[in-house]
Amino acid sequence: MLLAKPYGSIMLSTQNAHQGITLTPEVAKKMKIQRLQDNLFHATTLFFASIVLIVLAGILISLMINSWPAFKEFGPGFFFSDEWDIVNHKFGGLIAIYGTLVTALLALLIAVPLSFGISVFLTEICPGWLKRPLGTAVELLAAVPSIIYGMFGLFVFAPIYSDYIQPALSSTLGKIPGLGILFSGPANGIGLLCAALILAFMIIPFITSVMRDVFEVVPPVLKESAYGIGCTTWEVVTHIVLPYTKAGVVGGVMLGLGRALGETMAVTFVIGNAHRITPSLFSAGSSIASTLANEFGEAEPGLHYASLFALGLALFIITFIVLALAKWMLANMERKQGAKN
Amino acid sequence: MDQSIYKSRKRANTLGLIASSFAMILGMVVLLWILFILLTKGFAALNVDFFTKSTPAAGSEGGGLANAIVGSLLMVISCTLISTPIGVLAGIFLSEYGDRSKIAVITRFVTDIMLSAPSIVIGLFVYAIIVAHIKHFSGWAGTVALSLLAVPVILKTTENMLRLIPATLREAAYALGTPKWKVSLSVILRAAQSGVMTGVLLAVARVSGETAPLLFTALNNQFFSADMNKPMANLPVVIYQFALSPYTNWVNLAWGGALLITLTVLGLNILARVFFREKS
Repeated sequence: MLLAKPYGSIMLSTQNAHQGITLTPEVAKKMKIQRLQDNLFHATTLFFASIVLIVLAGILISLMINSWPAFKEFGPGFFFSDEWDIVNHKFGGLIAIYGTLVTALLALLIAVPLSFGISVFLTEICPGWLKRPLGTAVELLAAVPSIIYGMFGLFVFAPIYSDYIQPALSSTLGKIPGLGILFSGPANGIGLLCAALILAFMIIPFITSVMRDVFEVVPPVLKESAYGIGCTTWEVVTHIVLPYTKAGVVGGVMLGLGRALGETMAVTFVIGNAHRITPSLFSAGSSIASTLANEFGEAEPGLHYASLFALGLALFIITFIVLALAKWMLANMERKQGAKN
Repeated sequence: MDQSIYKSRKRANTLGLIASSFAMILGMVVLLWILFILLTKGFAALNVDFFTKSTPAAGSEGGGLANAIVGSLLMVISCTLISTPIGVLAGIFLSEYGDRSKIAVITRFVTDIMLSAPSIVIGLFVYAIIVAHIKHFSGWAGTVALSLLAVPVILKTTENMLRLIPATLREAAYALGTPKWKVSLSVILRAAQSGVMTGVLLAVARVSGETAPLLFTALNNQFFSADMNKPMANLPVVIYQFALSPYTNWVNLAWGGALLITLTVLGLNILARVFFREKS
């Protein structure tokens, strides 16, 4: 009983720390200041974190306000009209949207198998001592500024492409009836396909880094059991690793697509910047980003200006959706991973 | 026993692995090719004038990129000074305060998207809110555009690095009666110092090569100017304009600038890696 009493009183004093212990005025003051500082710090960090959200809202609102005249004039038909007549003030986004989608999807078509190959090499084939330098090298490919890809594409790649790759394509794939129209026309280097090839090399590092990361989370025991029943390395990759990491791989591909859609400088250098739609992939075209880079600086306030903002808004919304899907898929994969562990 | 099925499986395996190795080789060839071209074409343009003289007029010989180098440095440095505190404090919020609250989840999601958002749209946005109102291009507008790109990078890395700090360190500090803000700033942030540094370096590397957001904000300036309220020369936009020009001298200068910018960006990336490795 005697022992229990002081014990009980300590319990009481911790429960009501502020009333139980009589604080000297200095300590009370200090605690008050500290609590104030804590609240202030919390509010400051919250404010800075919400800047990101404010900026997102600001981008959407300012693009909408500035593009409003174009939507008012042309209606939703803006996105389906292939007119881009600066002199007569007739604008439609179809050409730029077509160019953006074609170059980005073609780039994916080329980049996905290559990224898959690189990821398989880095996770399954590569000897341990080479893994780090090669992994770093692939990541450095992602760090090279896009304007460098543009210069490289225009001055170095385009001549080689028009001398060797274009003739080779038109004499092989170009001969196939129906499909041939894609590879017809003069081989003058720059054009949609050239832009897609340069874009492909720009997005390979982004897709690869996601693929490599998700390939590495496959439990070794799964792979070992497959090897144990006599699977070859290739069978393990295609039948075990790939199905297990499906969501992550698709997420990585979407991330690459998001990058390819919004890429500006590299595309502007090599796409040819012509406002027309032709079925041939050899012909020059334009993408949303390249149209903005070329024309926004000289646009007069008015419909031209508003139409460019409308294109920017379309680009932002398309990439936002693609990137949100990518993020959602990767998060799903992570959650699944968490549930299993 | 039927051997053909084994043979075909073996063949598929060999083909698949050869194709993978080929993809790897192709990637490396492209990287080395770009570096080789940059080094051969870029070094030819580098000389004392390159670093001391301003951009030459169209068609004239000589000149350098001094105004563009200084402009880029000024904008990147002020962008770093602005975006580092914002990114780090927001990162502290996500890791120490927000955790799984709704606002933290949404901020994290939006940050991930802003990381890959098209940079030209950021340029449009800054044009609409700043340049259109003050009616002229300026170095500050360029700085704001670059900061909008840098903050998500710093925020994301800071949050990830703070999360790596063991909870016991936080608990030990709390047990001494340390207030939370002091724990966050002088214990957690200090422990994650090199990781946060990595984020800042990666952000600097990212923004130093960005061209698209500067096209409509800082634009360019043919003359030497250190006034951030005026249009400002900067390496990426000068490279863009000179590379597409018909003048050999301009194109050569563009290659020199391209080499300078690539070496800086790759150097910063490698430095960031070294910082990170030191920690882990």
